[in-house]
Amino acid sequence: MARIPSAAPADPFPGSPGNSRFPWLLAAVFLASVVLSWRAAQVDPRLLVEGDTLANVARFVRGMFPPQLAGDFLVLMVRSAIETVQISVMGTAIAVLIGFPLGLLATSSLTWTGILHERTSRAGRWALGFVPYAAARAVLSVFRSIPEYVWAFMFVRAVGLGPFPGVLAIGVAYGGMLGKVYSEILENVNPRPLETLHAAGASKLGVVLYGLVPQALPNVIAYTLYRWECAIRASAILGFVGAGGLGQQIELSMRMFQFDEVLTLLGILFVLVAGVDLISAKIRARVA
Amino acid sequence: MAPVATTARPGRAWTLWVGGGFVALLVWSADATRMDLASLGSGEALRQITLYVAKLFPPDLSRATLREAGLGAVETFAISLIGSLFAVMLALPLALLATRTLLYRGILFEARPPGLGVRAGRLALYGVGKGTLNLLRTIPEIVWALIFVFMVGLGPFPGVLALGVHTGGVLGKLFGEVLEDVDAAPLEALQATGASRFTILVYGVLPQALPQFVSYALYRWEVNIRAAAMMGFVGAGGLGQRIYVAISLFYERELMTLILAIYLIVTLVDALSAYLRARLV
Amino acid sequence: MYELVGLRKVFRGGEVALDSVSLTVGRGEHVAFIGPSGSGKTTLFRILNLTLRPTEGTLVLDGQNVATLSDAGLRRARRRIGTIYQQQNLVGRLRVVHNVLAGNLGRWSAAAALASLVRPWNADEAARALAKVGIPGKLWARTDELSGGQQQRVAIARVLVQNPDIILADEPVSSVDPSLAVTIVSLLRDLSHESRKTLLMNLHSVELALNYFPRIVGIRDGLVHFDLAPDKVSADLLAELYVGHRDDELALERIQHGTNPFGGACRPLPGFAR
Repeated sequence: MARIPSAAPADPFPGSPGNSRFPWLLAAVFLASVVLSWRAAQVDPRLLVEGDTLANVARFVRGMFPPQLAGDFLVLMVRSAIETVQISVMGTAIAVLIGFPLGLLATSSLTWTGILHERTSRAGRWALGFVPYAAARAVLSVFRSIPEYVWAFMFVRAVGLGPFPGVLAIGVAYGGMLGKVYSEILENVNPRPLETLHAAGASKLGVVLYGLVPQALPNVIAYTLYRWECAIRASAILGFVGAGGLGQQIELSMRMFQFDEVLTLLGILFVLVAGVDLISAKIRARVA
Repeated sequence: MAPVATTARPGRAWTLWVGGGFVALLVWSADATRMDLASLGSGEALRQITLYVAKLFPPDLSRATLREAGLGAVETFAISLIGSLFAVMLALPLALLATRTLLYRGILFEARPPGLGVRAGRLALYGVGKGTLNLLRTIPEIVWALIFVFMVGLGPFPGVLALGVHTGGVLGKLFGEVLEDVDAAPLEALQATGASRFTILVYGVLPQALPQFVSYALYRWEVNIRAAAMMGFVGAGGLGQRIYVAISLFYERELMTLILAIYLIVTLVDALSAYLRARLV
Repeated sequence: MYELVGLRKVFRGGEVALDSVSLTVGRGEHVAFIGPSGSGKTTLFRILNLTLRPTEGTLVLDGQNVATLSDAGLRRARRRIGTIYQQQNLVGRLRVVHNVLAGNLGRWSAAAALASLVRPWNADEAARALAKVGIPGKLWARTDELSGGQQQRVAIARVLVQNPDIILADEPVSSVDPSLAVTIVSLLRDLSHESRKTLLMNLHSVELALNYFPRIVGIRDGLVHFDLAPDKVSADLLAELYVGHRDDELALERIQHGTNPFGGACRPLPGFAR
């Protein structure tokens, strides 16, 4: 019978090779980052309980009630809300228009690896496949790493104020995100059905249409709907940089210290987001 | 033998309705947002965009600008890190409150369902937890930033608070879902040994839930770094504040530098988050 | 030890899992429960280990009516019953030592339970239990890295640490390699016999039940079909019990025709009939 260890071994994570130092190192780095960040971000919890702060809180809360429910104000705000929805819809549509082709190009299994390209020559794969692939990936990366509001900003400078730059901004930024996720979905598709179709003599297009698309479609739809939910929130926010919608109204009201209007606007935003969540969930449930 | 009934599948009718509705929505939105695609594709808008882009290059790489960009980047990074940390600290207790299977439903309560009074109390707790989370996460980060700037003044701190509060709501909801979806079989076994609810939580629920928690928190950090940069627009420090200044004063080349800084830092955090998720989960 | 009077369990959708079960189990007895799938054996066990409430009927444990127990009393009662499940029901991500020491959770305070996760309170105890079930070397392994049979032994080790008066084993060998089944059943039987614990076991295999237990209870459709010593359990009774359940019938046929699906590794306990 094997020897029974009589006391806990010193290393708390035995039996996992290469694991012994990592957690400690990570903890140390994490702690150091937190301490440095604490100072850099000028975190001062005492501020939260200072007299001034509490007075402001009181002002804010008192100013919110009762919420502004005057007829003409509501009409104006509902129009803004509708505008927000429209921005989100158009923005997402453009994002799909941008993201889909770029996403296809950014899929390695479509451009230069995998069974579809077994018989293409090396040079052909490089020129026709890899180069566009790399370019598409780079473009998508730039599109999605620059936040929407920066894009919105720049588009406002380029085409003027209003909802249009907001639409473009969401289109570009979300196009980058959609493209990347589409390419991931396409690459993670189960390869076996594709091989089977290919072996049965299907053309490249046949393999894509019968093997790739049916597998990828539910996830693609689900993620696009999810992005639309995010787009609603983003559209609301983009107003802060002058791109129309609820955000612009909220900023105005805050700056003029009309907190009762802010409360109404937040309420409208709440309803909007909840509605979109609901619709999106219903569609996703049916599709998946 | 009776004919087998075909289960309801979203049939043609449904697809046509949704598809049609979708197209209508699109057309209506295009019209209303004054989608000037024509003008976009045509000369004027394109010219404007090209002119503007030309003004951005080459990026200003002078010492002073680089220093500002660097400071801004560090500040933004710090805001996102501490903000995410606060979010997790806020999300954990709220998530526990928003988990029905820990309060009054599910396998832990089968043998002794709580009495009516207790149940009502627990339901109320659940309501409060869920309600708070909904409130926190529906109000966009930037609005929270405005509110906190109003309350504690300008600087990066209100940005931290705003991120913490908003992301706390988002993570709280996600954590709650993870807690409810945990495998019930080990919990049943632990309960059968006479363990209390707290011990079952620690020994049975958390070991299953923690890896998912870490994954979600790291993923949210990627979102937060982008949001943190934006906080500055309303005075909450970081790169956002400097971008706002650059735009207002028409310092386009400096703006380019700052945009590059954002790109770098966002890519950095994305990479860190992916690496940590791979190692830890 | 146990006194069941008219136990009945009806689930939410109207499904009658137990119709009316009455029986008595004395201290230190070994009883095997057999019957086709869906007969209500698992539901009965979940009521017996106090994780499920009967719709009607009374359960008296060691002289106390279970329904009258306070919450704290219920926990204390659960501590006295150790359960082994078909699917082990261990926490996969925890190390074996923690799963084994979890047998103490009924006794430990919340603080002790937390502390033990950081540094095991009494690893020796876990090591001894693992040695008793034959896998001493696995103390620090991650539980989900063990094979099914090994995990089942970890579950048994946990029950040893818990040291209950009663052991309930719900189909402990149904998802384990058949060659291991005999080992595990004998292990449980020997351990219970040594410390005079009451042992109740649900078994899918009639052969195992008949060869290892001095008292067989046949359950069908939520009712007790028979409650006899193994030599009184005739082939006809078994056929009645399993009528309509083909797989079980096939196994039965093999028994009736003399072929032993377990290869003759049966070994009766001294002191028990057959």
